[in-house]
Amino acid sequence: MKNKYSVFSLIKNALSQHENWQQAWGNPEPKKEYDAIIVGGGGHGLATAYYLAKKHNLKNIAVLEKDWIGGGNTGRNTTIIRSNYLWDASAGLYDHALKLWENLSQELNYNVMFSQRGVMNLAHNLQDVRDLKRRTHANRLNGIDAVWLNTEEVKKFCPIINTSPDIRYPVLGGTLQRRAGTARHDAVAWGYARGASDMGVDIIQNCEVKGIKRNGDKVEGLETTKGFIKTNKIGVVAAGHSSVIANMAGLKLPLESKPLQALVSEPVKPIIDTVVMSNAVHAYVSQSDKGELVIGAGTDSYVSYTQRGSHNIVEETLKAILELYPIFSRMKMLRQWGGIVDICPDASPIISKTNIKGLYFNCGWGTGGFKATPGSGDLFAHTIANDEPHKLNAAFNLNRFISGDLVDEHGAAAVAH
Amino acid sequence: MFLINCPFCGERDQSEFSSGGEAHIVRPKQPTELSDDEWAEYLFMRKNIKGIQFERWNHVHGCRKWFNVVRDTSNDKILSVYKMGEKPPVNYK
Repeated sequence: MKNKYSVFSLIKNALSQHENWQQAWGNPEPKKEYDAIIVGGGGHGLATAYYLAKKHNLKNIAVLEKDWIGGGNTGRNTTIIRSNYLWDASAGLYDHALKLWENLSQELNYNVMFSQRGVMNLAHNLQDVRDLKRRTHANRLNGIDAVWLNTEEVKKFCPIINTSPDIRYPVLGGTLQRRAGTARHDAVAWGYARGASDMGVDIIQNCEVKGIKRNGDKVEGLETTKGFIKTNKIGVVAAGHSSVIANMAGLKLPLESKPLQALVSEPVKPIIDTVVMSNAVHAYVSQSDKGELVIGAGTDSYVSYTQRGSHNIVEETLKAILELYPIFSRMKMLRQWGGIVDICPDASPIISKTNIKGLYFNCGWGTGGFKATPGSGDLFAHTIANDEPHKLNAAFNLNRFISGDLVDEHGAAAVAH
Repeated sequence: MFLINCPFCGERDQSEFSSGGEAHIVRPKQPTELSDDEWAEYLFMRKNIKGIQFERWNHVHGCRKWFNVVRDTSNDKILSVYKMGEKPPVNYK
């Protein structure tokens, strides 16, 4: 690190009224040619560039971002991190990410505020109980920590939950992954950007991709708002806009882009020190370090690229929140926003080569991509550098929609994903 | 959130409807003849357009009838509504 952050750098800069901190990442103009270009400067894209430079020694690379880095879904999610997925392939992928999270602040020399406060998933009916118990067993077979809690244990772990048997969807128990938790979403993008920039990666903001130049079955470069840039490796990490980029190369993807909403309340004193998710009634809540309740709502049912979302979705979520946490009944909501999520038919991501040489896609993270950021970047970098998937992302190829070998996490993870 | 002009019931709130996704995907005439690639194309691949999209909606909390809508997915503006079996309006491409 050229500018290592430490207690000494903090003291030194305090003496000069914090006026001499250097920029955390550069702001270069694009070169004429790169060895690889990452399209999309969110967490996943920046992490991909970081690991390409760090582990695969590819230094002449660029990240193109149409707005500002971390301004899309990276800055719009509810920051939940967990790895308690049902299927082996998903467990491998998400736990790889969780292990990277555990050391990420040290690795990046940037505080991503990773907090292993635990994630609890509630069961509200007998089928939930069976499914969640099955999932805890599957998790433990895969070496992922998971415990089943009965209603009393749920109440003890999070006392503000209404566990009365008389409510419409009573709490019949829940699962807990203690290693799970939250992180500061912006810091993840900034930390990776700083780390990548430090190794010579060009991070180019306000540069939108307008076309992909193909020569037969291989790529030759990108048309952008800052001119044509030559490259023979393109990694697309464009989340909700993945299909838009794919269409430029004449590809169709098995994706639908939909608005997913979240909202935060006014800040209050610490009241909930964990993350509670409830798939059946679709409400999940945690509390940020600023004191705001961070609440995740559902997706709209239709394709849309407007970063808004419908009011009735918010209403449904808040109804469920109020039944589960009557103590929040007089809280005021401060902000509400939407992000565009690209959803695969099997609710699992795609980290894959395509049938066009040099064109790679990392997409389909749907409603739950934030948690995978470090793992996704690491595995996508491996896929781009070697033109072959890593064994952890081999199952997440595009071909699975033809072979039928889907990783069906819809049933396993339900809606809140 | 927007209003949809159901061709049978008139203008209603979008929450009364359920989205049926991309329209005019033709069901295979001879399913037994289809290759795996063609099945994938039919079942999973979607245009997922940012811009003017032809799509199906069902007035699930109303007349329960299906119909087609032309909507701009970049701003949710509905440009045209037409019944099942009718030809899509040609002025939108």
